[in-house]
Amino acid sequence: MMNGNRRLDIVLALGAAALTLVPWYRIEGGFFGFGWLADFPSGAQTAPGLLQIFTHGRTWLVGVLLLFAVGCLARGMCHPMRRGLVLAAAGGLGLLFLAAQGLAIGFAGWTWTISEALFGTLSDGQPSMGAGAALMAQVFVLLFAFGLAERGAMKGDAFIVGAISTLVFLVAVFVFYPIGSMFIGAVQDFDGSFNPTDFVRNLQDPGIWSLGCVLGAEVCGVAWRTLFLAIMTALGSTLLGLAFALVATRTRFPFKKGLRLLTVLPIITPPFVIGLALTLLFGRAGVVTEALSSLFGVEPGRWLYGMTGIWIAQVLSFTPISFLVLIGVVEGVSPSMEEASQTLRADRWRTFRRVSLPLMKPGLANAFLIGFIESMADFGNPLVLGGSHGVLSTEIFFAVVGSQNDPARAAVLAIVLLCFTLSAFLAQRFWLSGKNFATVTGKGDSGAHLALPRGLSIGVHAVVIPWMVFTLVVYGMILVGGFVKTWGLDNSLTLDHYARAFSVGFDNGGIAWTGVAWNSFWTTMEIALISAPLTAIVGLLTAYIIVRQKFAGRNVFEFALMMSFAIPGTVIGVSYIMAFNLPPVEMTGSALILVACFVFRNMPVGVRGGIAAMSQLDKSLDEASLTLRAGSFRTIRKVILPLLRPAINAALVYSFVRAITSISAVIFLVSAEYNMATSYIVGLVENGEYGVAIAYSSMLIVVMITVITGFQLLVGERRLRRENRVAGLSQTSPISVRQEKTA
Amino acid sequence: MTIVKPGSVVFENVRKSFGSFTAIPDLSLTIEPGTLVTLLGPSGCGKTTTLRMLAGLEHPTSGRILIGGKDVTMLPANARDVSMVFQSYALFPHMTALDNVAYGLESSGLSRRQARAKADDGLKLVGLAGMGERLPAELSGGQQQRVAVARALVLEPQVLLLDEPLSNLDARLRRKVRTDIRELQQRLGFTAVYVTHDQDEALAVSDRIIVMKDGEISQSGTPRQLYEAPASPFIADFMGEANVVACEVVATEGEQTIVRVGGLEHRLQGRNAKPGAAKLAIRPGAITLDADNGTGIKGRVLHSAYLGDHIEYEVETDVGPLFIVDHAVDRGFSPDADVTLGLKNRGVALITA
Repeated sequence: MMNGNRRLDIVLALGAAALTLVPWYRIEGGFFGFGWLADFPSGAQTAPGLLQIFTHGRTWLVGVLLLFAVGCLARGMCHPMRRGLVLAAAGGLGLLFLAAQGLAIGFAGWTWTISEALFGTLSDGQPSMGAGAALMAQVFVLLFAFGLAERGAMKGDAFIVGAISTLVFLVAVFVFYPIGSMFIGAVQDFDGSFNPTDFVRNLQDPGIWSLGCVLGAEVCGVAWRTLFLAIMTALGSTLLGLAFALVATRTRFPFKKGLRLLTVLPIITPPFVIGLALTLLFGRAGVVTEALSSLFGVEPGRWLYGMTGIWIAQVLSFTPISFLVLIGVVEGVSPSMEEASQTLRADRWRTFRRVSLPLMKPGLANAFLIGFIESMADFGNPLVLGGSHGVLSTEIFFAVVGSQNDPARAAVLAIVLLCFTLSAFLAQRFWLSGKNFATVTGKGDSGAHLALPRGLSIGVHAVVIPWMVFTLVVYGMILVGGFVKTWGLDNSLTLDHYARAFSVGFDNGGIAWTGVAWNSFWTTMEIALISAPLTAIVGLLTAYIIVRQKFAGRNVFEFALMMSFAIPGTVIGVSYIMAFNLPPVEMTGSALILVACFVFRNMPVGVRGGIAAMSQLDKSLDEASLTLRAGSFRTIRKVILPLLRPAINAALVYSFVRAITSISAVIFLVSAEYNMATSYIVGLVENGEYGVAIAYSSMLIVVMITVITGFQLLVGERRLRRENRVAGLSQTSPISVRQEKTA
Repeated sequence: MTIVKPGSVVFENVRKSFGSFTAIPDLSLTIEPGTLVTLLGPSGCGKTTTLRMLAGLEHPTSGRILIGGKDVTMLPANARDVSMVFQSYALFPHMTALDNVAYGLESSGLSRRQARAKADDGLKLVGLAGMGERLPAELSGGQQQRVAVARALVLEPQVLLLDEPLSNLDARLRRKVRTDIRELQQRLGFTAVYVTHDQDEALAVSDRIIVMKDGEISQSGTPRQLYEAPASPFIADFMGEANVVACEVVATEGEQTIVRVGGLEHRLQGRNAKPGAAKLAIRPGAITLDADNGTGIKGRVLHSAYLGDHIEYEVETDVGPLFIVDHAVDRGFSPDADVTLGLKNRGVALITA
């Protein structure tokens, strides 16, 4: 009980601070600028919650004050069950009240007509929530959690209940609130009343659903085009991935190591770079186009700009992912199955067709669905190569930023896209779950995999070798492209592009970052460095809770988290600008929104990695620590974290790299002050400055390779031990977490 | 190292459900301070759940648990004055043996130096002096087990909990370690609750054995009571093998009871049994075998197996098939031989339940 009082006192003190010591509302110049200190606490903008109520007429905040007071009074109660109930009620109601007043009262008074009719008009509105309100929300969450813990939830472990409540709260605010407000925004008028005409009109737009191409007209609706492209990309990348996986595991191919290196490529490649390299090869002024034109007189065409080009770029981008998934599947087929088949007088071909391939089927379906989701969500390649006929993700972008500026249309397109990807995700989750035959057991499975039948072996080599060469050429283009003056016109080598992007001057004894890229480069590094550890913490904590704690709604919790995987970045971007542009939460244009976006988009990967690693740790280790008088926090710090080091490193590297390479959500959220490298490069491409764009991209790739290698070396320094369980863990490379990439 | 004050353990009407499944319907038991009590039973009988509730790793659905007279029902594991030796040992693989032993001491608020000094004593106590700097993976199975015991003991808990501590050791080591644990417990005088499914182990180490079945106590008592006076066919069969056969109580004469089984009259010590139908538990070694002459239970040998120092027989009789262990290896009966069976004085118990 002593312990319970101490943590409660701390939280109550925080609550008091939230009401008195920090500005309740959002500060225009940014909280961490500390410009608000000048006229704190008397100014109307900077006043803390308490003064807002009594001197600035924000009387509705009294509800917050009262519920917090209830929490304070409960501190003195003795009966733990009753005290728990009061605390939980105060916290829960406080949070609800805080959210309700924030949503109901905007800049100019009531945002809902119904509340205006009920309570009369308000003379004054309120700005967005600021530090005080955010802190108060967290205090209410913790009061709620402590209340539940005192009533014996989670065996009375306040840390665990607090962590679960906070996570649920954060996921609700940063994943479900934006998506929800996008849905609502689609059917709302400017004054907030229900008006679905725009929504219905957009939903029936022939531009989305037309089946023209089947009926003989020129083009189909964008939804069908996207679907068709996704299916073709998924097919292509799955088949190629399977060919690669077979070559890597079932043949005597001499460059298997190199093949495996391929899997690293998509991690470090910004998504539009492939498209960029393809234009350098096959665009109107591309090397190949020029060569063909001069040698055979083939007329330079624009065939690359459209579905074909996007398809090639996507297959190039996603084959490594499918390879990564399928290599596990192909290796997972137990050799003894194949040996058994042989002893039953089946030849190699029959064994492959009747035993190996059926065993791989669920894995193939999985790879197909991942390719499908990736293609649907891909934004970078269609943006570079799309030409006049875009896909859903680019259409969403142009609906928001283009001349149309039609948020309702963007919302509708986003909803359509979301439906596609979520269906694929649900199919993957429910249809495929439990159908995995890949048998990796702890037992040593002796025996060797059977070599491929001769005909098939020749076939897969014939596919893999050219494709590998093609991939190498494409990546070669990326590295070389930065040194060529003007593609097609003047192919002489130059350092100009690098100089323009990354020049450094010395000015008055200090270094002046004169290159045009430095600004966005440092911003990117800063944001990536801030969000990486946050992602790792949130992801691994979630993994710990999912694996180790049993609570009502755990499956729903896990499912909801994993679902955010299937939300394409473009949808996230659109929903974020729709949700966080107005009170109660206003974050657009700040670094905060970028960090939040990265943390909640990349967290599921940390969760997956954490779950995989933690499932390998014997649960009795935690229990032993608990019986040795350690609390769950100490258990995590002293026992779990040290054993999870590889998973932590993987999560850190992954989220760092993803923050650098991602574009789809980011492009909506950047501002002049906080521009990210990727969106800056896309801007360069749009201005036709291919040279600088390519130079910048290869620079990013080099930086990421350096970072990944650095982390790998750190992991390698770990003390080695014979313990099997841990040895298995230490082999988890950052790459293995990648399987779940979504653009 | 001394155990300051061994604690008692009391369960009052404890019930534990997991969802719709009730592992323990209603359990009450008392464990005297300073004794070693074994929870024995087949897998799934609730013995491990009982131990985990005592440790605070599970919380009862209803009822009260008291340790050393103090109600700990809702206390989390880290706030209870007990410590536990896990079946898998659960040694932290990234810490040395010494750090493992010092872990609990540091959690309890001792400084690092004090904790390590005390942990050193703990390792000495279990005969691992000088091994402190090794990682668990560099210790043998028996040594790991002793580190686990030391880690639990240095906390000087009121009650030490042992969850099948010997199950990961080979048979030869098992006998030695169980003797060591018993010797340590008697020397330091702590209360210990020991979970096992192996009745030999239970008989060897316990002051008292509590046999559980389906979440309920079947019988509790000293090893001798359980073995020699089983209260039910289940106990009789579980505490070392037994043939349970139908019999009839003919009469009681003072300290002795006369029973009739398959045409044989037999005198048993003690018990005021009511005349009428009853059951008899006969240990496999308590049956004598003779060629087909004289009086006794008539039977025919079904199988026999030579096992070096004894021969095992399965004999078909009027009262059902009997399993017999015969130490007279010189004289073997081959299958289909007709035999006459008799009963020895020891190893035959009347079951009244």
